[in-house]
Amino acid sequence: MHRKSLASRIAGAPYYLWAVIFIVVPLAVVVYYAFTDSGGSLTLSNIVELKNYGYTFLISIEYSVIATVITLVLAYPFAYIMSRRRASAQRIMMMLVMLPMWMNLLIRTYSWMNILEKNGIINNLLAAVGIEPLKLIGTPGAVIFGMVYNYLPYMILPIYTVMSKIDTSLLESAEDLGSNSMSKLRRVILPLSIPGVVSGITMVFVPSVSTFYISQKLGGGKVMLVGDVIERQIQSSYNYNLGASLSLVLMALILVSMAIMNRFAGENDEIIV
Amino acid sequence: MKKIAILMSAAVTFSALALSLSSCGEKYDKLQNDPVGNYNYADENGKSEFDGVTLNVFNWGEYISDGSEGSLDVNAAFENLTGIKVNYTNYDSNETMYAKLAPGAVSYDVIIPSDYMIARMINEDMLAELDFSMIDNYKYIDEQYHGAYFDPDDKYSVPYNVGMVGLIYNTTMVEGTPDSWDIMWDEKYADQILTFNNPRDSFAIAQFLLGQDINTSDESDWRAAADKLKEQNSVLQGRVMDEVFNKMQGGNAAIAPYYAGDFLTMHDVNEDLAFVYPKEGTNIFIDSICVPENSQNKRAAMLYINFLLEPEVALANAEYICYASPNTAVVSNPEYSLKDSEILYPAEENKPKTEYFYDMDDATRKLYNDLWEEVVNDK
Repeated sequence: MHRKSLASRIAGAPYYLWAVIFIVVPLAVVVYYAFTDSGGSLTLSNIVELKNYGYTFLISIEYSVIATVITLVLAYPFAYIMSRRRASAQRIMMMLVMLPMWMNLLIRTYSWMNILEKNGIINNLLAAVGIEPLKLIGTPGAVIFGMVYNYLPYMILPIYTVMSKIDTSLLESAEDLGSNSMSKLRRVILPLSIPGVVSGITMVFVPSVSTFYISQKLGGGKVMLVGDVIERQIQSSYNYNLGASLSLVLMALILVSMAIMNRFAGENDEIIV
Repeated sequence: MKKIAILMSAAVTFSALALSLSSCGEKYDKLQNDPVGNYNYADENGKSEFDGVTLNVFNWGEYISDGSEGSLDVNAAFENLTGIKVNYTNYDSNETMYAKLAPGAVSYDVIIPSDYMIARMINEDMLAELDFSMIDNYKYIDEQYHGAYFDPDDKYSVPYNVGMVGLIYNTTMVEGTPDSWDIMWDEKYADQILTFNNPRDSFAIAQFLLGQDINTSDESDWRAAADKLKEQNSVLQGRVMDEVFNKMQGGNAAIAPYYAGDFLTMHDVNEDLAFVYPKEGTNIFIDSICVPENSQNKRAAMLYINFLLEPEVALANAEYICYASPNTAVVSNPEYSLKDSEILYPAEENKPKTEYFYDMDDATRKLYNDLWEEVVNDK
C-alpha cells in the first residue's frame, strides 16, 4: 500500500466535489426529511406510516420482477446470436437495439398509449381480420409490457458485451471434448456470461421498480406503484417527509437486491454497471 | 446526371411544400389597434426603468395565444410594445407550480394559479399586492368576478379565465341525454368511463352525488366518498388528465368529466361529443393573474397584467384557450366567436349549481390523499 501522490489527489478533487454536491448532499437531505416532520423536529412517524404502503411495494416488486424475467428471456438468446455474427451484422443489430433509445422515454411510452388504445392500431388490425378487440390499455400487462419495451436494451447490452468477449476457441474446444450444444451452453457460455446477466438484471430491475410514468400512462391511472406514490406525496400532497421515507425504503430495496445479485456474480468477476 | 435531376426536382417540390405550409396561418406579433392602457414609462431622454428587463412568466400549458394558426403571439406583441423580454415557462398543475415556488429558490414575476391555490398563497404571504394604478384595464373585469372568496378585497389577483367542470359524452355510445353524475357508475358503460387522475376532482364528483359539501373537513364524509369511488373501480376504463383529449376524440371512451373549454376543443375534432352540467352541481374555478412576493420585477409584471387585459389581447386569448372570459370587452365584442356559447356562458336560468374548491387544512389534505391511494389500489 503506497500513499497517493499529491498530483493524483488534485486530479481526483473535481470528482469528489461532484460526488459530494450531487450524491452525498441530496442523500443527506432525503435522510433528513425522512426522519423529521413538517416542522423539522425529529420523528419516526414517517417510517411507521410506511406500513400502509406494503401492498404498493409488493406490486411494484412483483411487476418489476416479472418485467426483469421477461427481458432476460428475450435478451439472452438475442445477445448470444448477435455476438456470434460477423462484425458488420453485429453493428447493424446493435444499431437496431439502440435506435428506439434515441427517442425520449416519455414520447415512446406516450406512443404506446395510442397503439394499445381501445380504437388503437392493434385493435384496428384485429378488427380488420374479424377478431374481437382486446383490452390492452389500463391493465397490469400493459405496464409490464412498457417496462420490458423501454428497458430491454439495458439487458441486451451488458450480456452482449460479455458474450462477445467469450473466445470462440473455448466453444470449439468444448465441442472437441464432446460437449453437445446443451452442455456447451450450461458449462461454458452460461458461467462466462453471468457478470453480464447480473448487471443486466440490475439495470432493468432498478428503473422498473422506481418507475412512475409508465404505470401512469399505460396503466390508465388504475395501477399505482411506489414511484407514483412518491411523486404524488411530493408534487401534490407537499408531504416531503413521507415521500423521503418511501424513497429511502426504495433505495434500501435496490441496494439489497444489488448486494444479492453481486453474490451471484462471484468475487472475481467484474460487474459492468 | 439523371439522379441529380431527380434530386433537384424533389428539392424544389419540398421547398414549395414548405412555403405553402408556412404561408397558411401566419402569426402576428404586433397589436393591430393602439393599446388602451399606458405602456410608455420613458423619461425625456427616451430611457425607461424597463430597459433590459426580463420578465419571468409561469403559466399553465396551452394557456396563452402563442401565434399558432394565425393567432396573436401575445408574448411577442408585449416584447414589441414595451421592450421587456418575456421568459415564458409552463406548469401542469397548481401543485407543481406551488412546489416549485414554495422553497423560494426560484423567482417568477407573473403566475396564474387557481382560486384555492391563491387562497393558500395569500395565507402564506407568497403573493405581492398589485399596484392597480398601473393596471388601468382592470375596468374591463366583470363586476361579478370582483371580491371572489379567495381575494375579497381584490388586492392580489386579477381574473384571467373562468371555467366549470361538466360531463362529456359520446352520443353514438351513450343512450339518451344524461343529466347526472351517476352515469359514471353505470355498469352499462363498463370500461368506457374515464375520470380525473387527481384526488380533489375525483372526490368532488362522488361528493356532489352524495350531497356533501366538497370542502368538508369531516372525516366520515371523506370516507363515504372514498367508498363511493371504490364502487366505481369496476366500471372505470382509466384515470386521465390531458390524455382525455386523445381518448374522447378517438372514440376510445364514452364518458369523461372535464373542463367546459376543453370540451369545445374536443368537439372541433369529434362532432359526436356532447356536454352537460350534471344536476347535482359542479366545480367552478377562477384562474387569476398574480405576482409572487419575491418577484424582482414587480412593476414590469403590472405592465404585463395590464397588457393581458387589453381588449385585443384578451380576445385573442379567449379565442385560443376557449375558456370563459371575465373580460367585458371580450364578451361584448361582436367578433368574439364563442360569445353565444351556452356552455361557456349559460343563460341565468340554465346556470348549474356550482361550488368553488377551498384550500384544505393539512390534516384534511393528508386524509384525502391517503384515501385516494386506497381507492386506486382497491381491487
